[in-house]
Amino acid sequence: MKQDRRDFLKVAGLAAIAGIGAPSAFNTLLKGEATASEHGAAAEAGHGEAIAAPTGKRWGMVIDVRKFVANPDLPAKCVEACHSIHNVPNFGNPKDEIKWIWPDKFEAVFPDESHYKRHEALHAMPIMTLCNHCDKPPCVRACPTQATFKMKDGVVAMDYHRCIGCRFCMAACPYGARSFNWRDPRGKDENGNPFIKTVNPKFPTRMRGVVEKCNFCVERLAIGQIPACVEATGTTGAMVFGDLNDQNSEVSKVLSANFTIQRKPSLGTYPSLFYII
Amino acid sequence: MIEKALKGGRGYWAWIIFLLAIMGMGGMFYVQQYNYGLGITGMSRDVTWGVYISQFTFLVGVAAGGLMLVLPYYIHHYKDFGRITILGEFMAIAAVIMCLMFILADLGQPIRALNVLLHPTPHSMLFWDMIVLNGYLFLNVVCGWAVLHAEYKGVKYAKWVKYLIYLSIPWAVSIHTVTAFLYCGLPGRHFWLTAILAPRFLASAFAAGPSLLLLVALIMEKTTKFRVGQVAKDKLVTIIGYAALLNFFFVGCEFFVAYYSQIPGHMHTLDYLFWGLTHDGHTYNNLVPFMRASMILGLGAIPLIFIARARQSTGLLALSCIILFVALWIDKGLGLVLGGFVPSMMEGVTEYYPSVQELGITAAVWATGFFVLTLLYKIAIEVKLEQEG
Repeated sequence: MKQDRRDFLKVAGLAAIAGIGAPSAFNTLLKGEATASEHGAAAEAGHGEAIAAPTGKRWGMVIDVRKFVANPDLPAKCVEACHSIHNVPNFGNPKDEIKWIWPDKFEAVFPDESHYKRHEALHAMPIMTLCNHCDKPPCVRACPTQATFKMKDGVVAMDYHRCIGCRFCMAACPYGARSFNWRDPRGKDENGNPFIKTVNPKFPTRMRGVVEKCNFCVERLAIGQIPACVEATGTTGAMVFGDLNDQNSEVSKVLSANFTIQRKPSLGTYPSLFYII
Repeated sequence: MIEKALKGGRGYWAWIIFLLAIMGMGGMFYVQQYNYGLGITGMSRDVTWGVYISQFTFLVGVAAGGLMLVLPYYIHHYKDFGRITILGEFMAIAAVIMCLMFILADLGQPIRALNVLLHPTPHSMLFWDMIVLNGYLFLNVVCGWAVLHAEYKGVKYAKWVKYLIYLSIPWAVSIHTVTAFLYCGLPGRHFWLTAILAPRFLASAFAAGPSLLLLVALIMEKTTKFRVGQVAKDKLVTIIGYAALLNFFFVGCEFFVAYYSQIPGHMHTLDYLFWGLTHDGHTYNNLVPFMRASMILGLGAIPLIFIARARQSTGLLALSCIILFVALWIDKGLGLVLGGFVPSMMEGVTEYYPSVQELGITAAVWATGFFVLTLLYKIAIEVKLEQEG
């Protein structure tokens, strides 16, 4: 009997320690995302409530779809600007396809915005699609080697040299923003044409077997330039880029003057991309 | 003890050579894949995991299934499992080895696999999967070998082994739970985003693992002097039957939630798997015959296995084990992983067909698993027969 009581106390003690440790362990699991409530602090009820955005510099983008409709040649220009600068290969088939930015259909980009009376005009709209640079990126959570990671300024970046090619990030990304190098992007097709037409020596080409995606042009931001796609839209205002946390930035002004929507907001990823339809 | 695997009859060697031939063929395909890249498989930008990862997922279950033999024997002192507990542990070893090989085969940069250790990342479920799988392999190798070696020497195993065996029991649950967490924690993949995924994985594991084991045991009874014992076999049928029932109950729960709630995201994948999905005027349904067969075979196998026991029919028992195993393999080794990618994140449908090379590599990994299993079982039953003399 006495033995039993001792055993019970042992188990109870262990359970108590585990109970105390559990919340902090859970927070470690979601490191840097602070989704699980801290000790005592209750979580916000209802995900319709706006939560306070993190402070500090955070790059963001507003895509004004109206301007893309008005300038039908813009989508191709953006794609070309991005893909040529970043040495994105063209394999010429959807199976091996690698893309950082592309125009897609409204219903593909915003599947939750479905109702019987959807406006006709929406069907033909080219919606520019790229990595959302989420504040709570599921891809970063999934990556087993931290080959994809979130930088302090909100950019979700990739380390092509650390990536093991497990493609867990591709399963985790709810936006289909990631591509995998199914074959050697530095190679040539049967006719001897290289998959990368002209190599830009200022940006690395990738190797076979790693994942890649839009990097918000970190390499250009670092030297004070704006992303290539934004630059390609020129003075049309179709894409506005800037610091979301700076009240005086152009992107903040556009956001405060317009109603914008985001992709799959119910998933709680908090994208840095906003759309004006 | 190893010498026991080096002596055998013609049937034994023919089987070994057969397995080695498949392994060699797969090895050659792997060289091709290694040189060309994973583009040689049927995987695509939309369906980024194929048969490799789905086999891995299924085999984690087979590995965890060993628990159903270890737990009754070591915790509940169910003596009738004494002769087959070791078979459960050895099956777990073979299954985990296959799991690890499938993961390696699926990596775009296999040479960098150890980056997972070099940059440990606790917020990634794949990191934890690596820990639990390797830990489970270690536990089963040590426990299985130590217990068998003690038996070989005619002594009782050392006391420390028992603690590792106790540890291996919750560990078995953990491997399949963490494997389910790979899928069910991803936002946006509605088919996988279900809290019942880990319980469902475990239920199907506890049916699939023991049914494969029972099947192999029946084959060994036919080809060697080894006997499992009627009581143990009957008990296995109980375990398999109830686990399979639980699995289908969980599947039914998934159907209810999807179709009663009528939430499109929850219905789409089930639509695709069981009825086909129409997109842009084309109907995609390449998995429909498999999934329907899985459902019919699985539900049919449950009464069948109990009938086989009631009639004491070895043939019917073997048949029902095969049917159930195949049904569960289709369900988890095919539909679960592939289905999760339909529809794609851009609401499109891309169907997946494995390539010849991919199937060859898959067959070779299975052959390697059976190779390991054969050697280990050969050793185990020789030792057992010798002791019983």
